[in-house]
Amino acid sequence: MSGVRVLVGTRKGAFILTSDGKREKWEVSGPHFAGWEIYHLKGSPADPNRIYASQSSSWSGQVIQRSSDGGKTWEAPGGGVTMTSEGFPRGESNKFVYDTSPETGRPLTTHQFYDGTQQPWVFKRVWHLEPSLNDPETVYAGVEDAAVFRSSDGAHSWHELAGLRGHGTGPKWQPGAGGMCLHTILLDPSNPGRIYIAISAAGAFRSDDAGNSWRPINRGLRSQYIPDPDAEIGHCVHRIALHRSRPNVLFMQKHWDVMRSDDAGDSWREVSGNLPTDFGFVIDVHAHEPETIYVVPIKSDSEHFPPEGKLRVYRSRTGGNEWEALTRGLPQRDCYVNVLRDAMAVDSLDKCGVYFGTTGGQVYASADAGDNWAPIVRDLPAVLSVEVQTLT
Amino acid sequence: MIRVILPAHLRTLAHVEGEVKLAVDGQATQRSVLDALEARYPMLRGTIRDHVTQQRRPFLRFFACEEDLSHEPPDAPLPEVVASGAEPFLIIGAIAGG
Repeated sequence: MSGVRVLVGTRKGAFILTSDGKREKWEVSGPHFAGWEIYHLKGSPADPNRIYASQSSSWSGQVIQRSSDGGKTWEAPGGGVTMTSEGFPRGESNKFVYDTSPETGRPLTTHQFYDGTQQPWVFKRVWHLEPSLNDPETVYAGVEDAAVFRSSDGAHSWHELAGLRGHGTGPKWQPGAGGMCLHTILLDPSNPGRIYIAISAAGAFRSDDAGNSWRPINRGLRSQYIPDPDAEIGHCVHRIALHRSRPNVLFMQKHWDVMRSDDAGDSWREVSGNLPTDFGFVIDVHAHEPETIYVVPIKSDSEHFPPEGKLRVYRSRTGGNEWEALTRGLPQRDCYVNVLRDAMAVDSLDKCGVYFGTTGGQVYASADAGDNWAPIVRDLPAVLSVEVQTLT
Repeated sequence: MIRVILPAHLRTLAHVEGEVKLAVDGQATQRSVLDALEARYPMLRGTIRDHVTQQRRPFLRFFACEEDLSHEPPDAPLPEVVASGAEPFLIIGAIAGG
């Protein structure tokens, strides 16, 4: 019997929503890690029972949790629920330290602060966890201040892929409103060495050697909020998505503009077309139709809510430019929530399920590729992230 | 034994209820107490002090005997009543909303 497991990160804990393949009746478990900010949870494609969660707070910093039973029980890697011979819990919270070693690392480089002054990198939190496509013990973390870390021991120890932070353009990177975060990590399923990442506000980068070296891939992006709108670096990319059957085709929701690349990010063109506004955060691709993409337009960079108080998902079946509003089951008046960048996902059932969460605490699901929507839950804390596991 | 009271979230993380009682080698200072705390509960490393700088996290404070000790030097002796266990050493989350 097929089913889905929706992993929801919120401002005050994690929730796991499960259903069978009909996606009509849902069970809700949680809050897990109540009171903590859960920026992201994601399951391993190689072992769906292995789930990683980023748990953080302004008070106590960063912890990584992992589950090996599909989210029923959790441990801080290293053995948070294992006792020592004295009966004490073993393990340690996770240590994200920028690599400044002379052999593998880079000096503690600087980036721009909001006021344009240079500031050294300081670790704040993990925004995104991306498990390896093949190995449940290997997972990547996108962090603030922007960098990418990798663990190959199930999130117990982390090592920075320092070539990104140190490749030379760091002094031009600057924080977006949410901080200088590395929020998107895409692993190319057809090329083990290829990784895409995106940073607010620096832009998109690609590695073709498993993360050792990186180059910016921002040609064609245009942003009025940097001194040179066509500059190679400084763009506030909000999200990138790809279809696993066609990993050279990338779709991007930028601060403003929806963009598309057909050459692995070497060049981009705008595909905002008839959207009511091209500002937004999320973008995702249909599981079975690589030219069908979804966005949720948001009014502007200062008015983070849907235009006209109508919550509408827009779908393009042509890879952009031509968009249709999907409204059935979504509030069409007095709706002023936001949908954050990691808060949309798709399942791979037939028909493709589409899910997104809002800052108002609703998680909406469509079991028919977006034609009809219904809330799974309505009153969670503000939703930070939504991921979906398709279970067979 | 030195008595330490953790904020609720860190008690959950460390799987403890109520006070923590610690034996501290040598003089009782903020550093020696936190070293002993982290040795017993390694999952708390990085949650009270920064992993690298060992600086107190800015949204946490240290209180004892109705005094704020947050800005005392980390190697300054703690009050005798804390060292003797008569009074607890409190680690408190700042009142910062949330």
